[in-house]
Amino acid sequence: MEQLLQQFASGLANGAIYACVALALVMIYVSTDHINFAQGEMAMFSTYISWQLMSWGMSFWVAFILTVMISFAMGVLIERLILRPLHNAPVLSIIVVFIGLLAIFNSMAGAFWSYLIKEFPSPFPKSDFGIAGVIGAHQLGVVLVTLIVLGLLFVFFRYTPLGLAMRAAAQNPQMARLVGVRVDWMLALGWGLAASVGAVAGIMVAHIVYLEPNMMGGILLYAFASALVGGISNPAGAVAGGFIVGILENMVAYAGNQIEKATGVYIIGNGEKLTVALIIVIFVLTVKPAGLFGRVVVRRV
Amino acid sequence: MAALLEVSGLKAFYGQTQSLYDVGFEIPMGGITTLLGANGAGKTTTLRAICNMVRTDGTIRFDGKNIRGMATEEIVRQRIAHVPEGRGTFTTLTVDENLRIAAYTRKDKQGVKDELERVFVYFPRLKERIQQQAGTLSGGEQQMLAIARALMLKPRLMLLDEPSFGLAPLIVLEIFRILRRINEEEKVSILLVEQNAALALDLATHAYVLETGKVVMSGPSDVVKNDENVRKSYLGY
Repeated sequence: MEQLLQQFASGLANGAIYACVALALVMIYVSTDHINFAQGEMAMFSTYISWQLMSWGMSFWVAFILTVMISFAMGVLIERLILRPLHNAPVLSIIVVFIGLLAIFNSMAGAFWSYLIKEFPSPFPKSDFGIAGVIGAHQLGVVLVTLIVLGLLFVFFRYTPLGLAMRAAAQNPQMARLVGVRVDWMLALGWGLAASVGAVAGIMVAHIVYLEPNMMGGILLYAFASALVGGISNPAGAVAGGFIVGILENMVAYAGNQIEKATGVYIIGNGEKLTVALIIVIFVLTVKPAGLFGRVVVRRV
Repeated sequence: MAALLEVSGLKAFYGQTQSLYDVGFEIPMGGITTLLGANGAGKTTTLRAICNMVRTDGTIRFDGKNIRGMATEEIVRQRIAHVPEGRGTFTTLTVDENLRIAAYTRKDKQGVKDELERVFVYFPRLKERIQQQAGTLSGGEQQMLAIARALMLKPRLMLLDEPSFGLAPLIVLEIFRILRRINEEEKVSILLVEQNAALALDLATHAYVLETGKVVMSGPSDVVKNDENVRKSYLGY
């Protein structure tokens, strides 16, 4: 029972990370109809920046906030300088650019900071934090931080004029222009926000997976799975999808372990977690192509 | 009366295809002007050209200032409101959000509040639906929402593209009555593009007739109404 709870808690923590990266993917998807394959590498690069800032003597949280801001600027710059000129380019060109960005960030990180695996600190106190035996301090901290970030984003998009303008620009860019919204800037802001959210995920997960240029590879796949499960055009769905995928993969692995213990037959285990995630994706897309929470858009003509 | 909008030598292009040739017209301050013409004559394109949504050439003067070539967002900030073909509803946003987004460019919070109240005087039905997702409104309600949203910009000029499109005759009459009130009470000048020529000529003080991208006739509405060609081609008697 205790092991089950532990698995659940660790699924929750993983899910929080997936939720963040999935949300970053969805934020760009809803306004451009493209999946940013470089999202994970951008997050990894941000994580290195925070590592660098810390190694220059900054405290964790100062480095954290500074990195989120730097990442925001980085996202805005990428949109303005690299994607803006490709505004009317065919889909394939944009995909190639995304893959190019992925490779560039990956090799830049390797060049600047080497491919050696680095340890990354956790800001959360070891003792007196978390629930003994069930959820570790870092896991609990990760969940809390992500929930705060997600809450802030929700408030921003739901209750501020700028958030409303960004949603309007994503939904109907031409009409948004006709009410005076500077749609181009909204896109750039979206990129900035996505990069910031990705940075949060990277910094939070680095303590668990360790810092290295390929640390986000698997996580991006999970995040993609989460976004699809939740409905690729639904931000709240992507967040829910993140937690579902995170918890489900651990539960399935746990069930596999129990079966192996009881019968000695190995069916499924920790090694197959990613496979589980992908099976979930295929299953959801077959049964509900719009994702679990994705609404099929209803429009009256 | 001074002209609010003066358009001359206007050309418009979709890619290589030219669809307006030397269009010129004037909208008097506070008046209602209508553009008539068959399908494909260039009515919608003319409206789109004013807001720089197509490639254009020529001059477009708004309140004496040349606005041709300005970005659409900036033209809107000169307080020209465009109610596009198909109404341009933000379907996934609520009615309230659809209205508030139009006040995005405005800084005066109290003014926006008052504006909302005034808009609901014209369109009480929208007030009942304020928290509803706009995509679920009926066609007539969406048209009302589009006009209401345009009002939230506190426009000096409103460009209306086929407000009667796809609506029941009674709803159309209601909308046209409201448009007249808006023109009189809010002092908004109106440029109306309309298939329903009889209705448009009743509302408008001036009319221009477009054919294949050129103005072929213009004048006060009652003169245009009694022109034999216009009667035969657009009024059907």
